[in-house]
Amino acid sequence: MTPLLRLRGIGHRFPGGVQALAGVSLEVMRGEVLCLLGASGCGKSTLLRIAAGLLEPAQGAVEWPGGRPPIGFVFQDATLMPWARALDNVALPLRIAGMPRAGRHARAAAALGALGLAGFERAFPAQLSGGMRMRVAIARALVTDPPLLLMDEPFAALDEITRWRLNDELLALRQARGTTIVFVTHSTAESAYLADRVAVLSPRPGRLSALLDFAPMARGRHARSEAPFAARLRAAGDALEAA
Amino acid sequence: MTQRLLPALLLAALLALWEALVRWNGVPPYVLPGPVAIWRALVADWPLLWASLLVTLRVALLALLLAVLGGVALALALLLAQSPVLERALLPLAVVLQVTPIVAIAPLLLIWLDSVLAALLACAWIVAFFPILSNTVQGLNGADPHLHELFRLHGARRWQTLLWLRLPAALPFFLAGLRVAGGLALIGAVVAEFVAGAGGAGSGLAFRILEAGYQLRIPRMFAALALISAAGIAIFAALGLVQRLALRRWGGRAVVAGCRRRAHLRGHDRC
Repeated sequence: MTPLLRLRGIGHRFPGGVQALAGVSLEVMRGEVLCLLGASGCGKSTLLRIAAGLLEPAQGAVEWPGGRPPIGFVFQDATLMPWARALDNVALPLRIAGMPRAGRHARAAAALGALGLAGFERAFPAQLSGGMRMRVAIARALVTDPPLLLMDEPFAALDEITRWRLNDELLALRQARGTTIVFVTHSTAESAYLADRVAVLSPRPGRLSALLDFAPMARGRHARSEAPFAARLRAAGDALEAA
Repeated sequence: MTQRLLPALLLAALLALWEALVRWNGVPPYVLPGPVAIWRALVADWPLLWASLLVTLRVALLALLLAVLGGVALALALLLAQSPVLERALLPLAVVLQVTPIVAIAPLLLIWLDSVLAALLACAWIVAFFPILSNTVQGLNGADPHLHELFRLHGARRWQTLLWLRLPAALPFFLAGLRVAGGLALIGAVVAEFVAGAGGAGSGLAFRILEAGYQLRIPRMFAALALISAAGIAIFAALGLVQRLALRRWGGRAVVAGCRRRAHLRGHDRC
C-alpha cells in the first residue's frame, strides 16, 4: 500500500487563540477508509479542511507523494444550492471545470443513479428529505470520479436507519470505484463499521492519540451484532476513552 | 380563511362605526366626512383623481426602477472592487442619506433641480435606494460559506462564483429589499409632491390633497388619501407576489439554514 496523502506535524491555532491541532502526523493509504474519530471540538474537521487545502496550516505540511488528485468533499450538511435542481447541483463541479452541458448532465444523472436517486434529477433540494439531500451531496462529490473523498461528519444529522443505509452504500461505492475515503466522525460505532483504520484524536489541542488497524470483517445489518464488530467497537471506545 | 376574513370584518365594522358616529352627531362633511361621502367624492372626481394617481405612480415606479439600477450596480461595484476600505467609507454615507428625513431634503432638491419632475424623482429615489443597496450587498455576501468552500475546492474563477453562487444567493435578499423600497418610493414621491405644493405645476395625488384642503373639499381629500393607501398596498402586494413566484422552489428551510450557519460562524445563536 502506498500513501496517497501525508500529513506532517500539522498544527493549527485559530485567530481567537484556541490551539486546535498540535503535531499531527498521519498517512492516508491508497484505497483505504480512514476514520478520524474524536469528541466534538477536537480539531478533526480542521484537520480535514487542511488536508483539502481549504485551510492553510500554521505548522507542518500536507504532502501528496503522487501529486494532488481531484478531491470530493462532503460537508456535515448537504450544502446544496437551494435555487438549483438536483441534477444541476450534482453537475456543479463539472460546470466549473468547463464541461459542456450535455456531457455534464449525463454524468450527473449517472452519479444520481448510483446513489439511488434516478428520477429525482429535476427535484429542488427543498423537495427532498434529509437523507436524499445527503445522497445528492455525495453524488456531487463523486461526479468527477475523484480518487479521494473527504467527508466531514456527513451523516451526523440523519436518523439511525438512514445513517446505516448510507454507510453501506458508501462502502459499496468504494468497493466499485476503489475510492480512498477519509471520514470524520464522533461516533465510535460508525468508525468501527466503516473504517479500515481509525485515527483517534485527543481534544484541545487535537493530537493523534491512537491509530487502530482493523482486521477485515463482513458488513451488513447482522454484522453489527456479531463478534468482529463488537471487538472493533470496544477497541475504538477504549482508544477514545484513553485519548 | 378566517385570517383573511377577520381583518376585512374589522375594517367593515370600523367603517360602519365611523359612518354611524358622523351621522348621529351631525358632523359636517368639511370637518369629517363619513365613508359614504368619501366614496361619493371618489366616484364623482374619479377622472381627476385617476389622472393624479397615474402621475404619482409614474414618479414612484420610475424612481424605484432607478433605485434598483443604482443599488444593484453599486453593490456589484463594491463587490468587484474588493475594497473593504471603500465599502466602509461608502456605506455610512448611504446611511446618513437614509436617516435624514426626506421632508428636510426635498426643499433643497426643489431649489437645486430646475425640473420639478427631476426633484420628485430624486426624493423618491433617495428613500428607495438604500434598502436595495444594503440588501443586495448583504445578499451577495450571504451565500452559505460551505458553498464558497466548495467553489474554491473545485478551482472556480471569480466570475463563476459571482454568476453561479453570489448572484442567485442574493436574489431573496434583493427581493425583500425591493418590497420595502416599493412602499418607500411611493412615500418619497408623495412627500416631495407635498413640499413642491402649488409651486410645482404638479398634479399628483398629494397636490390634489393640498388643493382640496384649500378649497375645503374634505371628502375629496380623504378620497385622494384612500387612493394613496390603495396604491401603496397594491405595490406591496405586487412585489410580494414577485417574491413568492421567484422563490417558490427555494423552500424556506434552505435559506434559513444558510443564515443560521453564518450566524453560528459569528458566534450568534440566532440568525
